[in-house]
Amino acid sequence: MFAKIILPPATALKNKTGSWRVKKRPKFLHQNCNGCRQCYLLCPEGCISGSKKEYNVDYDYCKGCGICADICPVKDIIMEEE
Amino acid sequence: MKEFLEGAAAIARTVSVCRPAVIAAYPITPQTHIVEELSSLIANGKLKAEFINVESEHSAASCVLGASATGVRVYSSTSSQGLLLMTEVLFNAAGMRLPVVMCCVNRAVSAPINIWNDQQDIMVVRDAGIVLLFAETIQEACDLHIQAFKIAEDPNIMLPCIVNIDGFILSHGYEPVEIPQRELVDKFLPPYNPPYKLDVDNPLTFGPLVGPEWYLETRYAIQETLNNEVKQKIVEVADEFTKIFGRKAFGLYEEYKTDDAETIFVTLGSISGVVKEVVDELRKQNEKVGLLRIISYRPFPTEISKILLKAKRIIVLEKCISLGSKGPVFEDIVSCLYLDAYSNGNKLPFVNNYICGLGGRDVSKEEIIEAYKDKDVFKFIGVKKENLGSFI
Repeated sequence: MFAKIILPPATALKNKTGSWRVKKRPKFLHQNCNGCRQCYLLCPEGCISGSKKEYNVDYDYCKGCGICADICPVKDIIMEEE
Repeated sequence: MKEFLEGAAAIARTVSVCRPAVIAAYPITPQTHIVEELSSLIANGKLKAEFINVESEHSAASCVLGASATGVRVYSSTSSQGLLLMTEVLFNAAGMRLPVVMCCVNRAVSAPINIWNDQQDIMVVRDAGIVLLFAETIQEACDLHIQAFKIAEDPNIMLPCIVNIDGFILSHGYEPVEIPQRELVDKFLPPYNPPYKLDVDNPLTFGPLVGPEWYLETRYAIQETLNNEVKQKIVEVADEFTKIFGRKAFGLYEEYKTDDAETIFVTLGSISGVVKEVVDELRKQNEKVGLLRIISYRPFPTEISKILLKAKRIIVLEKCISLGSKGPVFEDIVSCLYLDAYSNGNKLPFVNNYICGLGGRDVSKEEIIEAYKDKDVFKFIGVKKENLGSFI
């Protein structure tokens, strides 16, 4: 007997973890971005996308941890109230 | 053809004829030379398999778990502290329903550091959903390995299986052993054909996060599988093994002179050999005694209550203890006897629990006979009073 828990891939996409956010979310200002990609690389949720100097966050999955705003060397990402 | 072989070497050669594709192990104490032998078989080109040398037992178990998920036959071997480090992964292997086959060379657990034989280590993973088989002799250890692959890899079972052998007594002991012929093993053990596997063309998720609405069913499914499919399969596989290899495989348990026995010893593993001699000796003195040796400890063969309820006294002799309670085998025996007697109105026998041989302490025939005559309910056999006292 088996429990039916061997699943197709990427089922985590159905779980919109953006609802876990409390109070603050990152805002990408797109003013001083130097394209270092640190926010994209360090996002634990993998929900930052973009290229060159245009990065954006998917609020459906962003848990509001603030790592992107903290790591941004040019302070181009800020945490704002929801 | 029989050869005079050391236990570890005999097991390694038996595993090699079972054609595992991936073997992973961490080669340091308390590892035994089962994997050392296997790695040299691979290095010498006698076995075509991937040998992964890892940095810990946790990684060894993780490697074979991952390899098993890709749909190949896997094997590892460990012992005492190594098994404890693997514990987390072994629960995962059972929960992910992956048929990892392993040998656990039973040894004591620290502290104090002790590498000698008892069966305490395996009791830590007793509740994980793993099939646990115990061998009495080196030959049986080899035979159980072949059966273990067949049981674990059955598409209706898909659970890990650990063959337990007593450290040093079987792993380092020598015995005339017949290594099964490759042709016979191929006939008995078909190539592993999993019902599901990791495949880039058809991706799957193993061991996902599940909430309270799913977890309970995973445990229910393992429990049902162990108590139905696995028990049935162990008996079937033992019958088939006996037919193909011409050597008796006992299945769930072995009975020795229990037919008219008034007292029945219950044991696991190699100590059964000593107890068989004790039974013969006591029989010469007209004492009606017998032995019931449990081979499959998980799933627990509750069927044995039919045999044990005919006796007046049961002596559970075990090399492990659940500290603060009693021996784990004793607890299993008492619960199965009680439930059977309660539903069928039988009279319960007097059940005794003797703990012996911890940390490799030798257990003599005389000590067992003395315990048989003393009729204590619970005791440690061979406690040296002079070794006890205040802390220094």
